[in-house]
Amino acid sequence: MNTTPTQWTTYIKNTNIYQPAIATEAFEHPLKSTTIDRIPRRILGSQPSTGRSSPIFTPSVFLEPLCSALEGVDPLSQFMKEEIDPLSQMAVELSTVDSIFDSEGNKRKISKSNLEIESWDSRKHSILSKYTTSEKLSIVTSFINEGERVVVKAQNMSVDKVQHRLEQLDYFEEGSQRKLDLTQAEYVNRIDQLNKELVSAWHSEHRVKALKIAIQCAKLLADTDVIQFYPSKFVLITDILDIFGQLVYERLRVKANYCKQGSKIVTVLPPDFTSDMVPESAKETCRNWFYKIASIRELIPRLYVEMAILKSYSFLTSSEFSAALLRLTRMIRGIGNPLVAAYARCYICRVGITVTTTSNSDSNYLKENFNDFLGCYNQLFSSFVQEELKIQRVPVATYLTLFMPALEFILQAVACTVPESVLVGILKQCEQIDNSALLINTIIVSFKPTFISVRAVEILEKIKRCIKQDFPVYILLSNLGYSINSCPPPAEHRKQILGDVWNIISQLGDPEQYINCAEIWIQYVVQYFSSRELNIILGNVIEHMSRKRIYENFYPQLKNVVQKVISFTQDFETLLAMDSFLPLIDLFQRENVKVEVCKSILITCISIQMQTSDPVITNSLIFLCSVLHDSINALTVDDERRQIAEILCNVVRRVDYGRDFEQQLSFYVEARGAFSNLDSVLTQLVQCVNTLATNTKRIVNGFHSKKTAAFVRACAAYCFITIPSIKSVHTRLELYLLSGRVALSNNCLGQADSFFKTILTTLSELYLETEEKPGNTDCFLISYINNLLSVLVVVPDSPDRGVLSLTKALLNILKNFNYKQIGTLAQIYVNVLDMLSTMVQESYPYHVDRVESNDSLYGSDPKFISEVDKMCSIILGEILNQLKLIGPCNHQSSIAFELLLRIIIRGDMSKNSLSNLTQNLWLLSLKNGNLSTKYLAATKKHLEYYGKALNNPYLLETVEKLKF
Amino acid sequence: MSISLDIKFKRVDKVYQEGENVTGIIIIQCNNNLKHDGIALTMEGAVNLQVSSKNVGILEAFYNAVKPIQLLHVVCEVSGPGRLPNGCTEIPFELPLQSRPNRTLYETYHGVYVNIIYSIRCEIKRSFLSKDLLKGQQFLVQYKPKKPEPPRPISFNISPASLSIGGAGAPDFLLKGKLDSARCSVSKPFTGHLILERCEVPIRSLELQLVRVETCGCAEGYSRDATEIQNIQIGDGNIPHNVPIPIYMIFPRLFTCPTLITPNFKIEFEVNIVIVFYNDHLVTENFPIILTREL
Repeated sequence: MNTTPTQWTTYIKNTNIYQPAIATEAFEHPLKSTTIDRIPRRILGSQPSTGRSSPIFTPSVFLEPLCSALEGVDPLSQFMKEEIDPLSQMAVELSTVDSIFDSEGNKRKISKSNLEIESWDSRKHSILSKYTTSEKLSIVTSFINEGERVVVKAQNMSVDKVQHRLEQLDYFEEGSQRKLDLTQAEYVNRIDQLNKELVSAWHSEHRVKALKIAIQCAKLLADTDVIQFYPSKFVLITDILDIFGQLVYERLRVKANYCKQGSKIVTVLPPDFTSDMVPESAKETCRNWFYKIASIRELIPRLYVEMAILKSYSFLTSSEFSAALLRLTRMIRGIGNPLVAAYARCYICRVGITVTTTSNSDSNYLKENFNDFLGCYNQLFSSFVQEELKIQRVPVATYLTLFMPALEFILQAVACTVPESVLVGILKQCEQIDNSALLINTIIVSFKPTFISVRAVEILEKIKRCIKQDFPVYILLSNLGYSINSCPPPAEHRKQILGDVWNIISQLGDPEQYINCAEIWIQYVVQYFSSRELNIILGNVIEHMSRKRIYENFYPQLKNVVQKVISFTQDFETLLAMDSFLPLIDLFQRENVKVEVCKSILITCISIQMQTSDPVITNSLIFLCSVLHDSINALTVDDERRQIAEILCNVVRRVDYGRDFEQQLSFYVEARGAFSNLDSVLTQLVQCVNTLATNTKRIVNGFHSKKTAAFVRACAAYCFITIPSIKSVHTRLELYLLSGRVALSNNCLGQADSFFKTILTTLSELYLETEEKPGNTDCFLISYINNLLSVLVVVPDSPDRGVLSLTKALLNILKNFNYKQIGTLAQIYVNVLDMLSTMVQESYPYHVDRVESNDSLYGSDPKFISEVDKMCSIILGEILNQLKLIGPCNHQSSIAFELLLRIIIRGDMSKNSLSNLTQNLWLLSLKNGNLSTKYLAATKKHLEYYGKALNNPYLLETVEKLKF
Repeated sequence: MSISLDIKFKRVDKVYQEGENVTGIIIIQCNNNLKHDGIALTMEGAVNLQVSSKNVGILEAFYNAVKPIQLLHVVCEVSGPGRLPNGCTEIPFELPLQSRPNRTLYETYHGVYVNIIYSIRCEIKRSFLSKDLLKGQQFLVQYKPKKPEPPRPISFNISPASLSIGGAGAPDFLLKGKLDSARCSVSKPFTGHLILERCEVPIRSLELQLVRVETCGCAEGYSRDATEIQNIQIGDGNIPHNVPIPIYMIFPRLFTCPTLITPNFKIEFEVNIVIVFYNDHLVTENFPIILTREL
């Protein structure tokens, strides 16, 4: 290759010649490629249960890949559609008790009871978490957890001594019973253990033992030793009983199937079987169960166990549950302890709704249960109960709340089955009873919100009368609030309701009760009242909460209040402008809570389309944002940082002062001061200010007045000051370039010049940063320099510095970088050649409005042209050196070819040295043979067209010499 | 060599009435050929009486052990000496349930001093070197249900004044109640209700006790004993006042039968209502009842 430097001469195009776009024939759509589709196909012989599909390859040029993926059979979804995957199939087969219970039991339960009752399962959880205790619980169990003896035995009278001794021996064998004192967790464990014991006993064919365990469990329900825990105990134990009932039922079902084996048809009992389909042996077994249970001595275990296996009555008589349900309902009257009785009633309703239809006659027992409870209501307040409470040191109010889950369930079951007129009757009935607060509360919770909210005023009257009673009023109010929130009361009542309710709420002495009510009712206020009322109410909340710093104990509730206010408010702006809103936020003194609250407010704020120009609101927003911003420290995780930055950027974009640009800029100044720690916010601000400057230009139509000119300069200054505080070099470079362009377009030449100069100094920092991926910086640099060069084309030379001083400085810097990839510099230089040869044209392809570029400044002065050509020669030499450095490889030939193109298009082909060089380069490109010949041929063809279009014979000649 | 012998009745509940045929199969399972000297089937039924040691001394009780009254005894030869093939052999049988002359078949009853038991026994006789095989299986006899008779309700009030002892130490209370009938069918539940109108002291428990009264008569005299069959709690704790609390009890099978009065023995039943007060004071009221078997 030629080592002596080749002189470069730029070919100056005759700009007068109209250059039509050179059209070449297209053979194929470039984006359309030969694709190979994966079409899944089942192997025909394979086992269908494995569900395995095997892909085969078929080339399909005409199918678009995406389309086929969507329309054709997607192997994954096909998989799912056709069968359950083998794992879950296995899980189904390994049906433990739970799966029997879940899959079959529940399904049938749902189909039978299509009542709109909140399911027991969902209630269970809340009961377990609500009714807890720290006291020691006692459990009576025999040592090996075997049930207590429930053999029908002659107790007192003369039994043969031998028999007695034998019984005693049996008794010792089973282990003596012990009373254990346990903590709540241990107690729950113990019950769980009993559960497992029961199931394992059942599966190992020890059915009597299973029954004994069930009875022992039921017996625990008779004991109200730690009364606060009773509802949870009920939940835990009835779970076991449910399982027991299900086991018995399934067992009988299986038995009913087996008997048909003798006959020709082996049938499974259909889900809706009738008792005459059941074979005699299964009936006998079933009867035995009921006989066994009927002989249980104690009332409560007998009732519970019978209720548990109530469903099995369907094997004996056809759907005659209602008689049994009514009988059991009446038998519950024999339970003296009102709490135990109430929960027993709850259980019978629970069991009942799973076995009966919704028809009115069948569900009489529900109403009967409630009436029976009402009949014994005064028992709750009897002296006997009071003494018991005194011993356990439980306040009456707490005692009454223990009834809530059971009563709510019963009444809800009633409410779903009877017409509304009956409900009105129940309401009246409850009113007439003394101490009716508990009942009214139950009604509020259980009846449909529509029913309640229409009668809200009436119910409030009743609540007012209950204030002096033992039952805590706040529970009444909050439950009423729930109903009203889910169904708005009639418009004419709304004001009165709010007045009455808030009157009671603000009189609540206990801050916890107060905030619990406020938390719920605030939603009502936000939804149906103006900001004036909301402001007053919020003020009231702040007043209550700020006494003696009690707000510290109620952060979750206060957070909820804020959450409700922001999610239901229609007018966010007035909210932010409200007197009491920011003071409410101030109540959150703990840093992390406050940040969380601010975050949720801002997220809601940016989720609604809102632009604000109100300084008060802007201030509030900045306040909220700065809370978030200030929470960032060295320990903040990246994701958190990113989230906050995103929120702040969004907020910055929301503030829009319209045409008051100066105020807008001063907002940005303020924002910069407040959010200086976050790079992306600063970036956002710079972008915003640039937009502002551009908008200014658009408004003045490019003709800046003195004032607007000063403003855009201020904008440029803002950017110039802001950018250095951003950490990322990449971002800084991009922003400098952007701001430089904006400044240029706004005729601020001095500012633009300083931006570009800063770029040059900043570029050197680029390789100081550690790279995430090797080669990344090189890639960035190539495209960035391209970008920069395209701007530099139109930047006029500064009069007090030499020709193309910026470009020269840039080239000097570029030379000294230690590039990670060899060849990067050559690639950049190729582009520099492009830029420089553009510089000498008579007129540049593009200009900036009202900025005189070098074309008009130098007017194609030959001195200028030769200067530039000299630069080009140097660059050319550099590129050739680089090519040598790269050595023969793919990369070398592609760069050589790129250079070849530049020379042919940009260079003056009449000069021999250049055209000789093209020959060498052409050979070099071919040498490594890695460039597609098709591409080379097409390019050559294009160059011929190009030469013809320009009518340049030298060019054509040169092109012709290029031979394969 | 293991041989198992079993008898299976055709009816799952093993309940038969007089005049019906007791049907079933004998199942013999053996691994090898079984040589035997004959298979016989015996159906028996008897009343076993025992005089309680309370009324007479223990020695006398043994001495005076009343001879069982045989109600039924049928023997039939299933097969003469022969061989049974290897595997499972099922031999069906059908025996008419007919009492011995001058006897009636009473219902099956398991008590303390009186037991009425029916059974079928199968015996495979074998050569003197090996033991005979024997298998017994009980079955139950019930009367034909009669047409129901009108109930005989009993209303009652229990208060300290009504107590036979004069209610010494009992707190002031008034328990009103009603038994739906003093004549009940064994197959139906025993029902009624109780209302506690007033009571000074809280109640700990309200119970229903079922008692059998068995009388054995013999030449030397007779014994009469009341023992508890079962005790069912119907009220637990301080039951609410003025609310009707149901009485509901299912008569246990085998341990109860229709009231039976014969020259040699009697089986009668009583119900006690037991009130246990919080101070463990106990009040009992006794009601004799007649059991029948009705539809």
